Amino acid sequence: MAKSDVKLLGAWTSPFAMRPRIALNIKSVDYEFQEEDWLVSKSELLLKSNPVHKKVPVLIHAGNPICESLIIVQYIDEVWSSGPSILPSDPYDRATARFWSAYIDDKWFPSMVAFLFAQEEDAKKAAIAQMEEGLVPLEEAFGKCSKGKAFFGGDRIGFLDIAFGCFLGWLRVIEKAGGIELLNETQTPSPLKWAERFSSDIAVKELLPDTDKLAEFRKKAQAKMTANN
Amino acid sequence: MAEEVKLFGACGSPFSSRIQVALKLKGISYEYIEEDLTNKSPLLLKYNPIHKQIPVLLHNGKPIVESLVILEYIDETWKANPILPEDPCDRATARFWAKYIDEKCVAAAGKAFWAKEKEREKAVEEAWDCLKTLEGALKDKKFAGGETLGLVDIAANFIAFWLRSFQEIFGVELLTEEKFPDLFKWSEEYVEHPIIKEYLPSRDELIVFLNKRLQNLNLK
Repeated sequence: MAKSDVKLLGAWTSPFAMRPRIALNIKSVDYEFQEEDWLVSKSELLLKSNPVHKKVPVLIHAGNPICESLIIVQYIDEVWSSGPSILPSDPYDRATARFWSAYIDDKWFPSMVAFLFAQEEDAKKAAIAQMEEGLVPLEEAFGKCSKGKAFFGGDRIGFLDIAFGCFLGWLRVIEKAGGIELLNETQTPSPLKWAERFSSDIAVKELLPDTDKLAEFRKKAQAKMTANN
Repeated sequence: MAEEVKLFGACGSPFSSRIQVALKLKGISYEYIEEDLTNKSPLLLKYNPIHKQIPVLLHNGKPIVESLVILEYIDETWKANPILPEDPCDRATARFWAKYIDEKCVAAAGKAFWAKEKEREKAVEEAWDCLKTLEGALKDKKFAGGETLGLVDIAANFIAFWLRSFQEIFGVELLTEEKFPDLFKWSEEYVEHPIIKEYLPSRDELIVFLNKRLQNLNLK
């Protein structure tokens, strides 16, 4: 397929934008990447392709825009069906993967946002406690989903690995800033080991942002948002 | 192996109703278990320990939770009368709008209904924005709205019935014929669909449901 048929609008700082990129890598699909510098401004193409949310990522395939990161990942899995599967084949396992992905986005991610935007120490502490507590169920989830293998998806990276793993960059920024271990030996030994494996996977390696660079970006973003207020 | 399908639901819940509609569409027999949301059963808490919510679908002893996840599971397990289209692009579109309804519209409507006096105006404006977006989607034919019910139609039950019922009960005008003529007309036709109709609560049942919700929220 011609590279120009597949375009992804994303941002190196966005965990959500990383998801479809991992999926495209798994499927060995060539694509054109357009970096959106969202701190500065959003491109015409982004606003036109995602008028409802005006956010990355957006996949543009043969002229059709697809929005919402996990919806894009499923789309990629369905279109490039000859490549390695991203969602499991069994409907119950698929439901389990979708459940935990929704949990991460709807329940856990907000506590991460709360920390990143917290001004006061108390608010930061509360957000960290919530993040830690929110990660605990993933220990059991890993056992159930992986069935003894290396990843949530089994032998290879799958849907839930992508859904959760994309946050590792920011997770590390927070761990460094807070002097804590969100994934740790005591409460989440399996996800802790999984995180190493995920980060070194060939479909993921080049996409995970450098912790220090991300921390720098965070400072810039905080300054800009404070200035805007 | 004999199929064993059970549904833990609550009369008055749009999310519960969605699953009943889907199971009916597919012609699946199941046992329905009514949950009292002010006194959740040990079984419910066992099958949905994370969210402790209905609906829960139990298929041969395995629980599936979260209504949109359950709908996809049902579609993948029982092939008759597909809920999702075949084409990947159409599927992505259906998933997008179902997600939009749950994440934005249901949340915005909830905010508008439960808002304190001084926050109400802003909350109502936000809810109107959502409805305006939906009206646009309807015009672009993103909801089937016809004989066959798809994922977005099923998810939109909240908009067509619950939102309209709640706006009467709470006295907060959201979906009006003047502001959203196409969406309004669609909602009138929607609630007459034979399968949808069968799983809509009566006004009294809805009030009981709301009161239980209030009890849970300790707002009385």
